[in-house]
Amino acid sequence: MKLLYFAWVRTKTGTGEETVSPPDSVHDVAGLIEWLKLRSSGGADAFSDPSLIRVAVNQDYVELDHPVIASDEIAFFPPVTGG
Amino acid sequence: MIRVQNEDFDVGAELKSLTDGNHQIGGLTSFVGLVRDLAGGQSVSAMTLEHYPGMTEKQLAGIEEEAHRRWPLEASLIIHRHGRLEPGDRIVLVACASAHREVAFEACHFLIDWLKTKAPFWKLEGMPDGDKWVDSKSSDDDAAARWAKG
Repeated sequence: MKLLYFAWVRTKTGTGEETVSPPDSVHDVAGLIEWLKLRSSGGADAFSDPSLIRVAVNQDYVELDHPVIASDEIAFFPPVTGG
Repeated sequence: MIRVQNEDFDVGAELKSLTDGNHQIGGLTSFVGLVRDLAGGQSVSAMTLEHYPGMTEKQLAGIEEEAHRRWPLEASLIIHRHGRLEPGDRIVLVACASAHREVAFEACHFLIDWLKTKAPFWKLEGMPDGDKWVDSKSSDDDAAARWAKG
């Protein structure tokens, strides 16, 4: 699956985009976040407080219990501040 | 109509082309957001707007469609800039045209309130002690919540 990071989530993970293959036990957004926290120090830092993170799957906002599959584009970012 | 772009826009020219040729329009409202030179008591030398290409357009189009579902609009326009901007620069233009003013005012207010909480943009402010990501404001959530249907 393709992961995208924006704003301070991007600076903490150290990358704007990566392709990952999480284990089969990861089947929703919450599980993916837990896996990313354990995977690297940047991930642990970025996702230390998941309540600060907003998530989009295939460019639509989703909640933490939304399922994820290998073909998804999943983006993690802080609450938006445009306008 | 929506546009996401780095370059500046000409408000007068945009409003003129939005209404040209449609004589059903009796009221046109617009909102322009500008970069301020002060945030939280600190001076701001520049602002860089990051966004999520693809999702930005999808979300803005969805917000505009919602406005057209709720109000009888003749025309609407959202232009949002990204990249590096300086104090005084235009960030965003929202414009709504309708037969009557109440609809145009309400729809324009709705669009900017919803845009601020849904469009995936993030502001990075250049401060004297370094760059700082702007935090979202609960007052913006409250403003958007006024328009929730329930």
